[in-house]
Amino acid sequence: MSPLEELENTYLEARQDPKFQAELDDLLHNYAGRPTPLYYAKRLSEQLGGARIYLKREDLLHTGAHKINNCLGQALLAKRMGKKRIIAETGAGQHGVATATVCALFGFDCTVYMGEEDMRRQRLNVFRMRMLGAKVVGVTNGSRTLKDAISEAMRDWVTNVSTTHYLLGSALGSHPYPLMVREFHRVIGVEAREQILGREGRLPDAIFACVGGGSNAIGIFHPFLHDDGVQLIGIEAGGRGKGLGEHAARFEGGSPGVLQGAYSYLLQDDDGQISLTHSVSAGLDYAMVGPEHAYLYDNGRAEYTSVEDGAALIGAQTLSRTEGIIPALESAHAVVEAIRRAPAAKGQVFIVNLSGRGDKDIDIYRENLKEMDQA
Amino acid sequence: MSRITGLFERLKTEGKTALVAYITAGDPTPDHTDRLVAALERGGADLIELGVPFSDPIADGPVIQRAGDRALRAGTTLKRVLEIAAQIRKRSEVPILLFTYLNPVLRYGLEKLAIDAAAVGIDGCLLTDASVEEAETYIKVMQEHGLDTVFLAAPTSSPRRLDLLAKYSRGFVYLVSRTGVTGEQASMSNLVAPLVKAVRERTSLPLAVGFGVSKHEHFEELAKQVEGVVVGSAFMRLIEEFRDDPRLETELEQFTRSLKGL
Repeated sequence: MSPLEELENTYLEARQDPKFQAELDDLLHNYAGRPTPLYYAKRLSEQLGGARIYLKREDLLHTGAHKINNCLGQALLAKRMGKKRIIAETGAGQHGVATATVCALFGFDCTVYMGEEDMRRQRLNVFRMRMLGAKVVGVTNGSRTLKDAISEAMRDWVTNVSTTHYLLGSALGSHPYPLMVREFHRVIGVEAREQILGREGRLPDAIFACVGGGSNAIGIFHPFLHDDGVQLIGIEAGGRGKGLGEHAARFEGGSPGVLQGAYSYLLQDDDGQISLTHSVSAGLDYAMVGPEHAYLYDNGRAEYTSVEDGAALIGAQTLSRTEGIIPALESAHAVVEAIRRAPAAKGQVFIVNLSGRGDKDIDIYRENLKEMDQA
Repeated sequence: MSRITGLFERLKTEGKTALVAYITAGDPTPDHTDRLVAALERGGADLIELGVPFSDPIADGPVIQRAGDRALRAGTTLKRVLEIAAQIRKRSEVPILLFTYLNPVLRYGLEKLAIDAAAVGIDGCLLTDASVEEAETYIKVMQEHGLDTVFLAAPTSSPRRLDLLAKYSRGFVYLVSRTGVTGEQASMSNLVAPLVKAVRERTSLPLAVGFGVSKHEHFEELAKQVEGVVVGSAFMRLIEEFRDDPRLETELEQFTRSLKGL
């Protein structure tokens, strides 16, 4: 608890400090590459013949996903707290790479916990982290995925708390993490709002974002919360079926519970044991959704649905071939939901948060999309 | 007076320190646990912490994680743990503290658990991952049903938290000997003495120290400072080693005795 109090105090103080904000803004602009474009996907939109679809290009950020926004913010906080070492968990490896990157940039010692199953399916990112000087520790407990990596990172943190900052990568865990991670990603929605007003002269009708823990989604949703006409749609991993253990659709298949310091919708069995989850996308393969999404679900402000593995793979291919953009498998879930709704939404404006790029998923695309090995 | 309070009062008059024994219920199977607890008692365990296995035990090191996995695979549920407690209570008056993560309790129902736990003769409850700041309902419900509420105080706990822990603890206060998770270690950390002092300033409840205690020298050293010493992973390591071996009960009994130097 005390480390959480220290972190909360440091964060709340830093937030009021113009020097902190200026340093973060400079890094976001000159190092990470903000603002990211809001790109009108003309060919995709015309093919579907309905809504005008815009892509918020977080995939163009340094390291290839939105994760760097939060990592830069927390790295500055770690520096402020005088920590020498940073640890993190990672699922798809995007947060791990972003963490390894900021650690290299700031000179922190870096350890990333990653489930062995995820190391196998996202091995490119494992090598990227090692190239950046991080130590990647494989986790063999439980499902060997994100949930187990978080538990292992928490165990490390409580053991080495005086020297170490835990750079949690999603809007999950105990306060202040869900608040802080949201605030560091809020820039996505702030930019998108200004950009769409500039392009269309009005707000969008709907915003789509994939939801694992939910950091990219809460980042783009938050600045639109009070715009009642803007539908907020979160997309979870529908996996390969409706049975417990076959997906990571927490709203559809879960119920409120406590895991890793948060109370939110959770996939669990009748005895309160946490269920195994499945998604072809490592970044969405987690048993709990971030608590602020639970709040938005309960009060009806946001809507949550799921997209299954097969559709996400096809959606990624569709986007690649119509727009020349290979999305991360996570982001492909959001693309698919927009594609499904677009034909019936003529005259509407959609924004899809394209939270990451697909380089890391090439092995999976290759395994699943047969034509990739054709000469 | 609860069995836990009664135990510490009796040991105080005898000038002795309680050996608090943690065991994961259901490891290797639910049918083993009562017999293993009996062996711990014969060896001199004074209080039993009955651990409810959980799929994601963030406060535990690898030994207790593996114990929990085995217990879950053997079909152990919170309901089954309560049956095990009833079995123990039928033959023994040893104080029993239910040691659990929060989620299985929420799923079972807090009030229902308090009623059922009290009915089977459990004396108190420790929720490893509930923060004392948010535990008001839990404390109220447990105490209404006569169950002691035990909380963990860590070397990193702030003065404000220690105040709350002291205020809401019943039975005893569980001090964590170091930063980190459960598991054995070579020597006790130097963080214990200042923590003991800080908690004593706030409460007259008995104190027990755990995390990393695995041998007689630890017990001796801590017995000079506190009223109870908790051992867990060292027992679970033995259970893991012997599993179905008929010598397990004798081994547990002897090891327990050796901890106390008997």
